[in-house]
Amino acid sequence: MTVLALEGTGGDWHLHLNGDWSLTAMAQIEAQLAALPDSLHGTLACDWSRAERPGIGPAWALLVRLSGFSDRQLEIRHVGGPPHYLEFLQKLRAERHAARAAPPPEQSLERSVGKLGQWAVLQGTEARAVIGFFGRMISVYSGLFSRPMALRPSSLARHVYETGITAVPIVSLIAFLISVIVAYLGAQQLSRFGANIFVVDLVTISVLREMGVLLTAIIVAGRSGSAFAAEIGVMQLNEETDALRAMGMNPIELLVVPRVVALVISLPLLTVIADAMGLAGGGLLSLVNLHIPLPQFLSRLRESLSPTTFWSGLIKAPVFAVLIGMVGTYRGMQVRDSSRELGRLTTVAVVQSIFFVILADALFAVLFVKIGF
Amino acid sequence: MSEPTSTPVIRVSGLVSRFGTQVVHNGLDMEVQPNEIFGIVGGSGTGKSVLLRAILGLRTPEGGSIELYGKDVRQLASADRSALVRSYGVTFQNGALISSLTVAQNIQLPLLEYYPVSERTLDELAELNLALVGLPPEAGSKYPSQLSGGMVKRAALARALALEPKLLFLDEPTAGLDPISAAAFDELLLYLHSQLRLTVVMITHDLDTLFQTCSRVGVIVDGRMISDTLDGLLQNQNPWIRDYFHGPRARAAEKEAHG
Repeated sequence: MTVLALEGTGGDWHLHLNGDWSLTAMAQIEAQLAALPDSLHGTLACDWSRAERPGIGPAWALLVRLSGFSDRQLEIRHVGGPPHYLEFLQKLRAERHAARAAPPPEQSLERSVGKLGQWAVLQGTEARAVIGFFGRMISVYSGLFSRPMALRPSSLARHVYETGITAVPIVSLIAFLISVIVAYLGAQQLSRFGANIFVVDLVTISVLREMGVLLTAIIVAGRSGSAFAAEIGVMQLNEETDALRAMGMNPIELLVVPRVVALVISLPLLTVIADAMGLAGGGLLSLVNLHIPLPQFLSRLRESLSPTTFWSGLIKAPVFAVLIGMVGTYRGMQVRDSSRELGRLTTVAVVQSIFFVILADALFAVLFVKIGF
Repeated sequence: MSEPTSTPVIRVSGLVSRFGTQVVHNGLDMEVQPNEIFGIVGGSGTGKSVLLRAILGLRTPEGGSIELYGKDVRQLASADRSALVRSYGVTFQNGALISSLTVAQNIQLPLLEYYPVSERTLDELAELNLALVGLPPEAGSKYPSQLSGGMVKRAALARALALEPKLLFLDEPTAGLDPISAAAFDELLLYLHSQLRLTVVMITHDLDTLFQTCSRVGVIVDGRMISDTLDGLLQNQNPWIRDYFHGPRARAAEKEAHG
């Protein structure tokens, strides 16, 4: 359908606007406006008499297109009952045209060097912010020794409940299943040597030293690390943290420390539960699949344990807890301005805390081998 | 322009809103005629925003009927309903701009959703809406968090105008603005009202805005609405209305408007 028809010769042009001129027809209108010739001379009469439901947007697009013709070469009139707001739009358009500035020239080399510099500066400020955050946290912690009530028992209890007790079912289930899988796969290999009984050693050592604590830490990073980042992030967006600061309270003391301390309490406890469930899973599989009776499983378990096996797993839990808690709360405190930032930083919190947990676990593994722990 | 005999743009009759045992509206009636600026006032907790949400279809009322352009909102098929929703623009109390999009993208969001137009045209339309509300072109590339309170209100208005509505709902458009920005907003509203022939329904506590812009005002008292012109309300003997329109602030605003 033609919404535009240009007629005339020489210096006398007529532009007929036909049919639907509302926003609905915007796609056709813009295509046909673009198809108008690049330059016209003389006079142009825009005839609105056959335009139906003329909209503000289409009228604006027409004005923009017409202003593409130089004023000196073409005299434009609007006839046939133009919409009542046309004059208003013309005025706005004239103001805008004067105000519009040319876009700054871009130079690609300059820009890429600039980008690199911006990135470097960003990394620098980020590093400084992280150090500052840890510093403030440590100063709050050292203050805690002189006034332990600043730890806020009620808030601490809430976070221990949310990060620890509510995580018990999922941690138990996953520890149980993973240990069943390890025992099952291990048994398939070991049975070829007639060494079924060593499944018990495999399960005991792998669960107690590594898997119990590592799985728990990863689950907690996913559950609580993200929750910390999101909770504190929303408080940032609502200016709640600013309100706390303005009332003379320290958001780190109020929001960060209880969460980190709660995690340091609950993660080791969850690890113990995961260890127990893992051993239970191993025991069950041994009984059902390998026909090792429970008393035999337990006595073999005792033999395979060295005094440090249990502790070498558990000792890592508070370290992981501090890492997860710090990363989650720090990323939450970084949220500024928009809901997209909140989503991005929550993701970053989970990914980074899992990364740090695994990195720390690797360092522990090397350390324990070196000192024979 | 307004013809009292024509179909009202909005007709609310016998509206009942309840939250548990708390009754907010108890048989509220309201009519808005084409091309008027209708102000809704009432004390805190009298259900101004609840009324607005009910009219917009964001909340199902417990009773009564709501008609927009003579059609019952709740009995429309979803296609008609969508068309109806596009025929009005809304600004929310805190702007409710999408925080991860720039102002220009906020304006383009509804356009892009409903009309398949090119990037260039979208930019032109964003420019148009910025110009309509008196924002400079640079404002388009800013994020909502980088704007001042007054600019957020204007940007929200620009987004509400993007689909070229004939009916505009404003929830406390001047709340939180300094008197100069608020006066400028009143002026803008009057200007757009006269240029684009809009019907405006606005909730406001700002007495200056009320006296400067509104042709009629509805006061929510005891779960019902008393609508009248400002002069009529000034004569009204209801105790709450008397307190509202004869308090020290109201007298000053009235003097300003008439003097």
